[in-house]
Amino acid sequence: MRTAGATLPEAGRYLARSLGATLRLMVGLPDYDTYLSHMERTHPEQAPMSYEAFFRERQQARYGGGKGRCC
Amino acid sequence: MHSIRRHLVWLVVAVIGAFALGTVALARGEAISALWVVVAALCTYLIAYRYYSLFIADRVLGLDGNRKTPAHRHNDGLDYVPTDKNVLFGHHFAAIAGAGPLVGPVLAAQMGYLPGLLWILAGVVFAGAVQDFIILFISTRRDGRSLGDLVKQEMGIVPGMIALFGTFMIMIIILAVLALIVVKALAESPWGTFTVAATIPVAVFMGVYLRYIRPGRIGEISVIGFVLLMLAIFGGQAVSQSATWAPLFTFDGKALTWMLIGYGFIAASLPVWLLLAPRDYLSTFLKIGTIIALAIGIVFVAPTLQMPAVTQFAQGNGPVWSGSLFPFLFITIACGAVSGFHALISSGTTPKMLDNERHARFIGYGGMLAESFVAVMALVAASCIEPGVYFAMNSPAALVGTTPAAVAQTISSWGFVVTPEMLLQTAKDVGESTILGRAGGAPTLAVGMAHILHQAIGGPAMMAFWYHFAILFEALFILTAVDAGTRAGRFMLQDLLGSFVPALKRTDSMVANLIATFLCVAAWGYFLYQGVVDPLGGINTLWPLFGISNQMLAAVALMLGTVVLFRMKRERYAWVAVLPAVWLLACTLTAGWQKIFSPDPKVGFLSHAAKYADGLAQGVLIAPAKTPEAMSRIVFNDRLDAALCALFIFVVLSVLVYSVRACLAARAARKPTARETPFEPLAPAAAS
Repeated sequence: MRTAGATLPEAGRYLARSLGATLRLMVGLPDYDTYLSHMERTHPEQAPMSYEAFFRERQQARYGGGKGRCC
Repeated sequence: MHSIRRHLVWLVVAVIGAFALGTVALARGEAISALWVVVAALCTYLIAYRYYSLFIADRVLGLDGNRKTPAHRHNDGLDYVPTDKNVLFGHHFAAIAGAGPLVGPVLAAQMGYLPGLLWILAGVVFAGAVQDFIILFISTRRDGRSLGDLVKQEMGIVPGMIALFGTFMIMIIILAVLALIVVKALAESPWGTFTVAATIPVAVFMGVYLRYIRPGRIGEISVIGFVLLMLAIFGGQAVSQSATWAPLFTFDGKALTWMLIGYGFIAASLPVWLLLAPRDYLSTFLKIGTIIALAIGIVFVAPTLQMPAVTQFAQGNGPVWSGSLFPFLFITIACGAVSGFHALISSGTTPKMLDNERHARFIGYGGMLAESFVAVMALVAASCIEPGVYFAMNSPAALVGTTPAAVAQTISSWGFVVTPEMLLQTAKDVGESTILGRAGGAPTLAVGMAHILHQAIGGPAMMAFWYHFAILFEALFILTAVDAGTRAGRFMLQDLLGSFVPALKRTDSMVANLIATFLCVAAWGYFLYQGVVDPLGGINTLWPLFGISNQMLAAVALMLGTVVLFRMKRERYAWVAVLPAVWLLACTLTAGWQKIFSPDPKVGFLSHAAKYADGLAQGVLIAPAKTPEAMSRIVFNDRLDAALCALFIFVVLSVLVYSVRACLAARAARKPTARETPFEPLAPAAAS
């Protein structure tokens, strides 16, 4: 557990952040900050997408590709 | 000594679980609390997860925590992202949990709660969770490829194409049966129809808001959407009580069918951001919230199970669906015990986000256990309503009659005492004019949920609200599935037909897209219409077809798992996949054979067709058909369903032949022949 030994507010922030990330990923939206840090680390020469562009790109990728879902 | 102490707590869990299961199984003649069922299920899951899934992880598959996963190898911050395992668990669970685990157990409750419960528990531990786990593992070791690709890669092109075609047909049947559930729930119900219809403008408003007003702010718009939905439920109540408005939202099954078909065609042709995506946000959050609320409700209210543990219909010939316990119970409860459709999810987005290969155990096996618990809750909800009411809701009119008096008399004669007043009162409690002939699972579950939740929040006055909340929650994600499924079917069809007519393959061509969408909607619409006009209720015909096809897909996935284990030279552990595959083959092939050839016209399609064909030849009308045309339509549909069954049997048998060949070839080879992406160590820096 990453929260082991952390103070209570820190643990609360971690939980809230995880919950938000879980809810967003449930509808196919990965973490934007993770994307930003990935772009910074591996493609510093490219300008990353804005949050709005990122959102549209992910929405189209999730629903436009004709992926099925479960019964 | 230390190692014994480590197992001690698990021993306690096992003893509690065994005691709870014993209480559930041995209760005869006295009603027991649903909490025993919940405790038995949870203890079974804990033990299975702690021991069996660990055995599969370490010994059978050999999960390697140092192996680079696709998320690290192809990390792009978009599709491939190493993700926290709890976050990914939520994503995976939301993708696999749908209407299936809610409907199957409700239908299976006609045999009593015990047969269904035992199959859900045994099925998930030894088949369903194993399938999800193994497919997730196989896909993760192969860059997150899809099931169709995996079958092609490990067995050959022909079985790959056959599996793809089988998947397309399963999709058509699933869409038809899901749409049928909505029709059954909304027929003659102005409250339900208004509420569900209102979700369309609500979703469109959300879509426009997310696109132009405040792009990408999912959280706030979902809250707004939720509030609007709750208002729609109260609006529906006002509509149902208004003499002017109620008739405008009162439709029979046929009218609703045409509306759904039109809706499916339009919704699948619109841009995704306008309707599909925003409604998916709503339905996903509502689904997760309702599942949690139901779990809390069951624990808090601790309802008593009214349904007997085993009813006389366990012998077969129940009113809700026909056929004996073996094999039909095992295809009626598919999702919740084992569901082939999960193989598509486990080889979809989840393997691309796995941070570490060892997480596949928690997400694959654990995710399916969570879904199984949803099925157990559905079984509890269906079993805690009065059995007489349950049978009145789920028995076809051709069998029990159409008036409360007739229905009450027939069902009481079966030994489930119910009065016409009880039926009328239940309908009144939930704000409907009738609850008779509402097979399909959703309304029964809604009554059960209303029965549980009104005791927690709101009291009797809120019962009608909870009923329509439950209907809305199911209809919402079924409509999302219809829309998304039609799109998925369209892409599959374009892929398949594109081999013959290349012009159809162009997904950028408006005409090609519209043709493929039309064909797709026409296919599921045909089966839906057939189900709606079926005097025996449609569910009788379509649900077994769905169950057979879904379980066959699971058998295909488990056969793929077997082949991969053989090719990894781990065949001494192959029984983990072989045993459930053999069981599923036995169930589905027997069920498929009986659905085609059984001499009992209630079970066999061909004997049912023959009965009506004979009637036609002799110029006799056989009830419930009213015209010779209706009779010849029944004959044609029966033969079509028989052909579909035969097709499914052909698909699964041919995959079986290819699997056996692949296993024999793998055995003869000296070295492992599994085609995994070559091993790369997980660099410490990448593990951030």
